[in-house]
Amino acid sequence: MKANAVNLIEKEWILPGNRTCPGCALSLAYRHTLKALEGQCIVTVPASCATVLHGMYPITAVNVPCVNTPFASTGASATGLVAGLKALGRKGITVLAFAGDGGTHDIGIQSLSGAAERQIDFIYICYDNEGYMNTGNQRSGSTPLGAVSGTTPVLGKQQYQKDMTAIMEAHGLPFVATCSASYPLDLYEKVKKAKTIEGTRFIHIHTPCPPGWIFPFSDTIKFGEMAVETGLVVLYEVEDGIFRLTSASESIARKGGNLQPVREYFTSQGRFKTITEEQIDELQEWVNARWKQCLHRATNL
Amino acid sequence: MGTRDCNHICDESSPGIGEAGKTGEWRTHLPIIDDKKCTASKLNKPTCFLCWLYCPEAVMTKGIPPSIDLEYCKGCGICAQVCPVQAITMIAEEKNIG
Amino acid sequence: MAIQRKSNMLIIDGNQAAAIAAKMSRVQVVAAYPITPQTPLTEQLSLFVEQGELKAEYVAVESEHSAMAVCTSASIVGARAFTATSSHGLAYMHEMLHWAAGARLPIVLACVNRAIGAPWNVLNDQQDSISQRDTGWIQIYCRNNQEIMDTIIQAYRIAEQVHVPVMVCYDGYILSHTEMPVDVPEQADVDRYLPPYKPHTSLDPADPKNYNLVTLANPRIGVDGKLCHGYMELRYLLQEALQNSRETILQAGREFNDIFGRDYEHMFWEDRNDDAEITIVAMGSLAMEAIVAADMLREEGIKVGVLGLRVFRPFPKSDVVQALRKSKLIVVFDKNISYGSEGATCSEIKSALYGTYINASVRNFIVGLGGRDIKARELVEATKKAIASLKETVINPDYPEWICQI
Repeated sequence: MKANAVNLIEKEWILPGNRTCPGCALSLAYRHTLKALEGQCIVTVPASCATVLHGMYPITAVNVPCVNTPFASTGASATGLVAGLKALGRKGITVLAFAGDGGTHDIGIQSLSGAAERQIDFIYICYDNEGYMNTGNQRSGSTPLGAVSGTTPVLGKQQYQKDMTAIMEAHGLPFVATCSASYPLDLYEKVKKAKTIEGTRFIHIHTPCPPGWIFPFSDTIKFGEMAVETGLVVLYEVEDGIFRLTSASESIARKGGNLQPVREYFTSQGRFKTITEEQIDELQEWVNARWKQCLHRATNL
Repeated sequence: MGTRDCNHICDESSPGIGEAGKTGEWRTHLPIIDDKKCTASKLNKPTCFLCWLYCPEAVMTKGIPPSIDLEYCKGCGICAQVCPVQAITMIAEEKNIG
Repeated sequence: MAIQRKSNMLIIDGNQAAAIAAKMSRVQVVAAYPITPQTPLTEQLSLFVEQGELKAEYVAVESEHSAMAVCTSASIVGARAFTATSSHGLAYMHEMLHWAAGARLPIVLACVNRAIGAPWNVLNDQQDSISQRDTGWIQIYCRNNQEIMDTIIQAYRIAEQVHVPVMVCYDGYILSHTEMPVDVPEQADVDRYLPPYKPHTSLDPADPKNYNLVTLANPRIGVDGKLCHGYMELRYLLQEALQNSRETILQAGREFNDIFGRDYEHMFWEDRNDDAEITIVAMGSLAMEAIVAADMLREEGIKVGVLGLRVFRPFPKSDVVQALRKSKLIVVFDKNISYGSEGATCSEIKSALYGTYINASVRNFIVGLGGRDIKARELVEATKKAIASLKETVINPDYPEWICQI
């Protein structure tokens, strides 16, 4: 039976009264990730907004065992947990690495790539709020073209986002997927599927950030949906090399493949206040080209 | 009194609700559910629950009607946004008026 | 009581001794990245694992930073973890060394001492491990390959008792690549000496704990209403653990002697220091060279003794003071330099002596950096130079002398 809001497990592993900002998509994504794993996991978290969510000693706001690890070391920390559990003969526990885009695309890419190449048996989730939000919004390898940040303060970022999921797919992983916090059931299903697969599994989750992107707290879901409807974020999974569009991206493709124009997504967020018409046109072309590739690759249409 | 009796030799934390305090105090707007509009309440059966699904704080329960733990609800207003029948309205907290 | 035991003497180099010691300590997770001169140790351990001689997870990581991250996470889950590195590898681990000690994880690391660049140099000095002095690790230095073997086994006993990681340091090439006779213990004896690791941490979904969260400066009350430490208290506990580890180190040495017949109930080694007026202080294999120098000086009628430092952290201040109480001149040879100051062991000796009744002069020589050969004859000449300098002044000079050709 497919998961829906009614039949989804009620037990929570994220506890109320934590330190995330109101409307935090990371919190929502993490909540459903832990539901999919039913808490039967050991988590490793590098310095990130998730560290803030987890709380301050001696109290934690999550009901799962966790080790915090320095920024660059998430993939290696997960490796250590897997190796330790294996050496001790402990079975049935999923190791989950949960890192932001800074910890994944930038400072953590070496240890993640190393672990993926070694095919270590764990799920790596990158929640992507497209910047160093924990330190107050500076550019990351995943900040979009045109976005203003603490380190792109006047001109906005001049480069495109790094396609981390493609990089991870190139490692020959058994399962990579993209998700959005605005589609929690799709996320839930993908994490649940990842749980049953052996080897390094990589899941990328788009997590809109109200204070960093500069939009009202209540609009988190709306901006996540807009990103998917415009094709800026495409929901898919690649299992053993088989590419499938999922959820809303699959529906859009099935209904003729017409994406919404990207313009409103950019003009309605404060971080794009300096984006130029040329940049928006450029991004639209980029989206169109990538969507064409996705439609071409999809095996389930 | 010192911390010698704490017995931790390293930083070991245990789960607790309200780690950041009563986060309901952060709220500027209060969510009010209109039972007459709420689908689950109207049909008097477990259905919809999108407000519960999308709540980032895990402060909602899948009851009929759904309920919100106001001690910890930060008042983001996502529930009001995702409700397909606009059964939830966000009203300004009195403490913030004037 | 006479100890009846079989001798199993092998002619092996220091890296082989370290690998065999790690195997006999039944390490469960090994994570290492090759670096000269540690590489043969890493290769030997992977061979042990692939041949089934060592039942452990061998992780061929992509960097030393990751090696230590694998060790910290494996250790926190409850596995006995081992790694080894040198030089830049140890420097690259720096952040994780702090993390391991801060999380109180009993990891053992073999540091095959090598110089640090720039410029590149693969030969021996002790700048690498000395640069990690303040990371909260216990540091033990070895004089020969037998000590490497024995110290790694003892290191797990010590680390797991005091919950502090231990760095076992030995000189690159001089020990790592030089074969000498080593008495390899029986596995059953090692098992008797070293019980399985009982972790102080627990990672269990049934009783979830979260390790190393953000910690406030001040104490905070936990969910059970108990006042828990602040950051400062946790740091104090690490310092306290190192301060108190002397007893554990000595006990581990004593009990090692009981089983294996080799005495390690010392924080440092002494040679003819009882009647010495001059004491040469050195650390690692250099202390062996100092014994030869002392022989030569004694032949000339100069009463010289040697103090070979073994445990550098915790630094055995009172023991050192006791050992140096009769010395009029202390000549410290350092294979490291704290730029702008002096050799690290010299600073420790001076600090230990300050405020005691001992009013010896201290002379510091920087030697052997980047593998520069240091002969006993040079130690003799330096010691004579130090003796001669007393005629000019007994006051300690601000900076050390270097034995080099500048």
